[in-house]
Amino acid sequence: MINFQYSRATDVADAVQQIAASTSAKFIAGGTNLIDLMKDDVERPTRLIDISRLPLKQVQQTADGGLHIGALVPNSDLAYHPLIEQHYPLVSSAIRAGASQQLRNMASTGGNLLQRTRCAYFYDTATPCNKREPGSGCSALTGAQRMHAILGASEACIAVHPSDLCVTLVALDAKVHVAGPAGARVIPFQDFHRLPGNTPHLDTNLHPHEIITAIELPAQGFAKNYSYLKIRDRLSYAFALVSVAAALELEGGKIKQARLALGGVAHKPWRVHAAEAALQGQVPDGTAFARAADLVLKDAKGYPHNMFKIDLARRATIRTLTQAAKGTPQPPSNKKIM
Amino acid sequence: MARATAREPVQDPIPIPEKISIQITVNGKATELKVAPWTTLLDALRDRLDLTGTKKGCDHGQCGACTVLVDGRRIVSCLTLAVMKDGAQIVTVEGLAKDGELHPVQQAFIDHDAFQCGYCTPGQICSAVGLLAEGKAKSADEIRELMSGNICRCGAYPNIVAAIQQAMGRS
Repeated sequence: MINFQYSRATDVADAVQQIAASTSAKFIAGGTNLIDLMKDDVERPTRLIDISRLPLKQVQQTADGGLHIGALVPNSDLAYHPLIEQHYPLVSSAIRAGASQQLRNMASTGGNLLQRTRCAYFYDTATPCNKREPGSGCSALTGAQRMHAILGASEACIAVHPSDLCVTLVALDAKVHVAGPAGARVIPFQDFHRLPGNTPHLDTNLHPHEIITAIELPAQGFAKNYSYLKIRDRLSYAFALVSVAAALELEGGKIKQARLALGGVAHKPWRVHAAEAALQGQVPDGTAFARAADLVLKDAKGYPHNMFKIDLARRATIRTLTQAAKGTPQPPSNKKIM
Repeated sequence: MARATAREPVQDPIPIPEKISIQITVNGKATELKVAPWTTLLDALRDRLDLTGTKKGCDHGQCGACTVLVDGRRIVSCLTLAVMKDGAQIVTVEGLAKDGELHPVQQAFIDHDAFQCGYCTPGQICSAVGLLAEGKAKSADEIRELMSGNICRCGAYPNIVAAIQQAMGRS
């Protein structure tokens, strides 16, 4: 690993001040992605500012019945937090589908959002990668693309964001609280991550020197009708080929409200409002779900090695919506798709 | 394929920082260490404290061989900077046995022959101790899911699951 300076932040204001004072410093919390990337010479910060001791570890109910989750709450604590398990089981289920328990014990909530959108070529410094070295080219376009994007990609980058948690946060209309040199602001989750366009080196819309302080969930958690289904090459501890977060509010045998987002298919967690709108007012059956899935994948584009993902995503979407409608969510430790 | 462009230094080379003094409790023993910022907890344990029970497998958080308990929770020590654990309580495989008696998980691994080459075993055992403390795994399926961060290339998984089930009954 490269040499770097190390300092601890004493509070959020100090963290912002410290990072603004250095041209290539980075915050470190759990470090599960950053240290790994530093070991491979992909990330090369000259200073790490340790934010892991900041008092951002509380999960609190908000005045409007939602939840305010401190950015440093470990992923495992969040997954098993009583309020999350009770009111947002979709979030709990998704966290438990990601990484390993050791990594979930280390990784922070804010860090989960800030893990890099990435692929094997991003890690391989012997190959061109526009995300790692803007303008050098995309090796995946003509390389191995089994894991890569089928939606929202550009000629510059076809990597996907691997988070499971984020797929559910975008579906649930979460908000990201950040602080920076210009003060605090709130970013709707939908606007937090970016599509690659011709600037794939930027994963998020955070401004320079900003820090995530909390994630806010609105009151509605869809605890009755939800499912998170993750399809992957191994039964556990692997990134998704395709994952689907589905949440429904049913009333009088019809869908009053639907939420639908996919992971493993795009540079950012992929929510499809048009498909949600098409489900509204419908009877929750296979016909409605198939139509929603078609809308999700209307503009899908595969590459030679990941063409299969389009049909996989279609079927996974229908399956997950069916599980949600029946109230039989996919259990994280049951490897048989229900 | 050759790198398209050589990477330019971001700025002047940074001076090598002073080593930083940290105090950690390792297997019950208060320890003071001076470490460079980039020293991982794994390297500090193995190379500085001579606790070589904790293994370096992939060194990228993917195999679990370096699993130790920090403040009672299992983590991978290869992706952990030692300097960030200043003040922490660390337990490695060497610290599990008490008064000459093996930890129930260690004994269960022997009883069930839950290893072949043994390289992953310290990580498997520390991970299993963490799993028992979490109390979330009840069924064999849940054990398998929550132990998925520990890879065994010999394929001793059925015996590992059986060993953990035995330890669950005893602890």
